[in-house]
Amino acid sequence: MCQVGEDYGGPGPAELQPKLSWRGCEQKCMKCKEGLPVLIIRAGDAFCKDCFKAYYIHKFRAMLGKNRLIFPGEKVLLAWSGGPSSSSMIWQVQEGLSRESAKRLRFVPGIVYIDEGVVCGQSPEERAKTVTEMKLILQTVGFPYHIVSLEEVFNLPTSVLQPVSQGPRGSENTYKEAVDGFIQQQQQQQRVPEEGGREAVLSDEQIQEKLRQLSTQDPVGQEEVTGDSLPRPAQIMALMTLFSSVKTLTAREELLQTLRAHLILHVARVQGYSKVMLGDSCTRLAIKLMTNLALGRGAFLAWDTGFSDDRHGDVVMLRPMRDYTLKEIAFYNRMFGVPSVFTPAIDTKAPEKASIHRLMESFILRLQAQFPSTISTVYRTSEKLVKAPRNGDAAGAATARCLLCMCALDIDSADSATAFGAQTLEHLAQKPSPAPAPPTGASGRPCCAQGTRLQQDCCRDTRPLSEREEPRASFIEQLCYSCRVNMKDVGLGEAGDPRILV
Amino acid sequence: ISSPIGGAELLFDGVKKHQVTLPSQEEPWDIRNLLLWIKKNLLKERPELFIQGDSVRPGILVLINDADWELQGELDYQLQDQDNILFISTLHGG
Repeated sequence: MCQVGEDYGGPGPAELQPKLSWRGCEQKCMKCKEGLPVLIIRAGDAFCKDCFKAYYIHKFRAMLGKNRLIFPGEKVLLAWSGGPSSSSMIWQVQEGLSRESAKRLRFVPGIVYIDEGVVCGQSPEERAKTVTEMKLILQTVGFPYHIVSLEEVFNLPTSVLQPVSQGPRGSENTYKEAVDGFIQQQQQQQRVPEEGGREAVLSDEQIQEKLRQLSTQDPVGQEEVTGDSLPRPAQIMALMTLFSSVKTLTAREELLQTLRAHLILHVARVQGYSKVMLGDSCTRLAIKLMTNLALGRGAFLAWDTGFSDDRHGDVVMLRPMRDYTLKEIAFYNRMFGVPSVFTPAIDTKAPEKASIHRLMESFILRLQAQFPSTISTVYRTSEKLVKAPRNGDAAGAATARCLLCMCALDIDSADSATAFGAQTLEHLAQKPSPAPAPPTGASGRPCCAQGTRLQQDCCRDTRPLSEREEPRASFIEQLCYSCRVNMKDVGLGEAGDPRILV
Repeated sequence: ISSPIGGAELLFDGVKKHQVTLPSQEEPWDIRNLLLWIKKNLLKERPELFIQGDSVRPGILVLINDADWELQGELDYQLQDQDNILFISTLHGG
């Protein structure tokens, strides 16, 4: 609320909010009032180390507890990028699993790491070195882990792109029953050894022991599952060609995210995980929300930035770190020794206007520096977004889905009254009649001279244009608005044939 | 000692830890001046990714002896002998 202060005449909207002036070393932790503060969170709350730790751990458990989506004994896959947020997430899970019985987290974790070195310009030696560093950390964590390289996305079955319809959504009662049942089971097991009888079901400790055994055995099993640690050169080339054929960094970033999501989904399905935890932080999600608005994904914000994302049906994506700012995560990792590995990303050192993502990131962060409530406001707004079915479809299962992002299609291109419909019709009308195939397929570029309305890299294919346009056109038909826009930037030609994504 | 981590080291030729002795000068050494000095002497490339205006780019955390610089006055903090300044880039990874 605006207040007219005595020191300055009424804060105007354009006036910068004055930073809280520092009060020197006499400041005490605002929570315990005793300890020496080590950091400031939000708009001026100083915390000492111990209170910060308690606050941090509590937030994680509260996030999981509030949403009540993870059932006891469920297999949950933790998506790890090596970066600070996902590393912190894994650390919290580890912490949560090791507590005394009553408060212990109750699911069975696994970790997946995707090696994206190819698209980030890393040489094979650098990639191997990174993977070795990752493995070292994964081994100390002790959960079963799966290391996959991005190239394996070419091996995915098309079933990855089909949403599996979910069973009837469990209500509050189901969750409570499941938890109560689990606790009862636990208590029975603990009583049995006292009576000296045989335990039919494994107790907590034995489950932990089995987990430990599994994690030392699994890496060996994983080596077999993922085949050679380095993917085939043909796949590396194919992936590099695909990414270098993308014209804008924005589209490249989006493509990377899509492929990454498909790969994680596949690993989860194959290995039997029903939930996936992603390490997106509050800061990242605020940026993502605004970026996605700019990308044309406004209809899907609830799925893209909410706590749970159930678009795939059988596997639910969760974001337990969504309440943590990057600052909190960085401080916690630093103070409590959470290991993380820095790897260059696709937009490392890119200039500010290189992509929509970069631009939005710098916009939001700069705004945050001047108006410290920016990110929390965006975050709170995102919490209010509700997943409403389109046009009142009750079941939702019959809605057409975007082929790439799995969200319900948000466009009706048949309706020429909309701007989008008009664009599509115009595009179709411009399709040229079948032209004779150019003499040399691979090197010559005769047909590009015919006009810029043709897709630019059509000439590498010798088939008549209409024949080749068809698959792409029908592919585009099945995409949502933002995926269509992205695909415009993804090149055509043999290597860039969008059907390899399917 | 000035240490950029979390990806920021990329701008310093990959060197994570820098032990620096600042030349004595008339003006007191505060963080503001330290940043100018770093920009002139240590930053190997892309200064705009590290420094913005007279402060660090948003997204870069500064820790003075393992404590938040916001508690110490940020740019106005006067450097002491053997101080450890840590720069963490939070914008990498996830």
